Amino acid sequence: MAGHVSVHYSSLPVKNTKSDSEARLVRWILIILAVGFLCLFLVLPLVAIFIKAFDKGSAVFLAAISNPDALSAIKLTMIIALITVPLNAIFGVAAAWAVTKFNFKGKSLLITIIDLPFAISPVIAGLVFVLLFSAHGLFGQWLMDHDIKIIFAVPGIALATLLVTLPFVARELIPLMQTQGTTDEEASLTLGANGWKTFLLVTLPNIKWGLLYGIILCSARAIGEFGAVSVVSGHIRGLTNTMPLHIEILYNEYQFSAAFAVASLLSFFAIITLVVKNVIEWKVKKSEIPEEGAS
Amino acid sequence: MAHLQGLKVKRNSVLPGFGISLGFTMFYISILVILPLSTIFIHSVTVPWSKVWETISDQRVVASYQLSIGASLLAAFINVVFGVLIAWVLVRYRFPGRRMIDGLVDLPFALPTAIAGIALTTLYSQNGWIGQFLNFKVAFTPLGITLALTFIGLPFVVRTVQPVLQNVDKEIEEASASLGANRLQTFVRVIFPELLPAALTGFALAFARALGEYGSVVFIAGNMPMRTEITPLLIMTKLEQYDYAGATAIAAVMLIFSFILLFVINLLQWWTNRKFI
Repeated sequence: MAGHVSVHYSSLPVKNTKSDSEARLVRWILIILAVGFLCLFLVLPLVAIFIKAFDKGSAVFLAAISNPDALSAIKLTMIIALITVPLNAIFGVAAAWAVTKFNFKGKSLLITIIDLPFAISPVIAGLVFVLLFSAHGLFGQWLMDHDIKIIFAVPGIALATLLVTLPFVARELIPLMQTQGTTDEEASLTLGANGWKTFLLVTLPNIKWGLLYGIILCSARAIGEFGAVSVVSGHIRGLTNTMPLHIEILYNEYQFSAAFAVASLLSFFAIITLVVKNVIEWKVKKSEIPEEGAS
Repeated sequence: MAHLQGLKVKRNSVLPGFGISLGFTMFYISILVILPLSTIFIHSVTVPWSKVWETISDQRVVASYQLSIGASLLAAFINVVFGVLIAWVLVRYRFPGRRMIDGLVDLPFALPTAIAGIALTTLYSQNGWIGQFLNFKVAFTPLGITLALTFIGLPFVVRTVQPVLQNVDKEIEEASASLGANRLQTFVRVIFPELLPAALTGFALAFARALGEYGSVVFIAGNMPMRTEITPLLIMTKLEQYDYAGATAIAAVMLIFSFILLFVINLLQWWTNRKFI
């Protein structure tokens, strides 16, 4: 569907005849309403974060982000992202391959289950691991006997983040690979390439932008997840605090400038996410136009 | 459509890797989704039903359902109104800064929810940039909760309506105009019915997301019992008091609600896709 978009786009301005367009005044009122709403709702909070971060000068800002607790929160957040994003990316590719290249019973049920983490509350995503692995949980006694800590430790945070971010890559790839079908891969196999070679040289180049986009969305969520992580982390400063949890503590201690300083780092990452997303969309659009013309 | 094609073409797929990819997928979702989520129900069964009922029908918990559902519905409704407007403006009009605005719509997906929460609270508290000009309280009231939920749900409606609007055939609008309909009539009777399934899907997605939302709400809500406590917060509160049975009972109610919503969303998406084959 995305391919058709660009073509419609370019033909629009020419076709704005009286019959299928609004009066100039109506058009501008609608534009101002929409843009005004977005500025008030999205731009203003974003601007506020950066202004509040530098409210008390850059010395306070630098102190806040170089504080040992802040640094360990940044480190932990990066570790969690490095564990969860590759795992969910591999899962996403495997799931999309199984779902789009083959036919089997229960396929739509499988897709629904992959979507499930989007539908549940992050708090519940954290709660389930507490029920499994905390001292009173299902495996609690066994874990205690073997001296393994999951809840209130890094593995618990990683598990909760894995659950919350599980669908991102799969969700990007499934519709994409569905439209691409299996003909490219079949041709490659007929020409003598083996399965892995076909995947690496034919499938992967076809899905690279979708995969990259899924990975970026997954990373953004893994870094910013709050509810699920909050349940399993135990909020131990310097040990199990991720960046969002560190921001919460600072904010609740009325250290607003410090809270917004750390928040501005994450917001900066969010802006980069948006920029990359738009660059990818632009690239996909560009690569699709010649194909449209050819067909 | 893809399904039917698949039935014919893919029945005897020559591609390798079916066993390993499906096996890994099943293993992964069993460990991370099915096993963990089923513990909610296993745990609920071990607690006497009367105790579960007592928890989930407690006055304070019922007040939280009402608040969560009410605020989420209102937020999703605001999202539909402004989401359709924004999608319309982005697809139909050309104006300076359009591409930037388009890129910005996804901000609530990219920005960590806790940050959205503290930013909105700071803006709308009584001496905040916006709060100081309002003669009613926003932060620490149900209105503030609705505001945060509107923020996090906004991209859903825009992003479901936008592609549908791009594919609406302009010729039917011209036909409508040539048959004597004015612009408003054409929108209400010709374009809007085309957008309806997508708008409803966006509404349901935003509503589902809002019901479970935690990070952006806890800061702006004030979390006063009976007045501004959302249901996910109550689960959190019970957990902090080590009342696992209580937390699990409320979570089970929320999960069942989520399953129903997921089912409705699947139906709506099927309806949306059907219209555009």
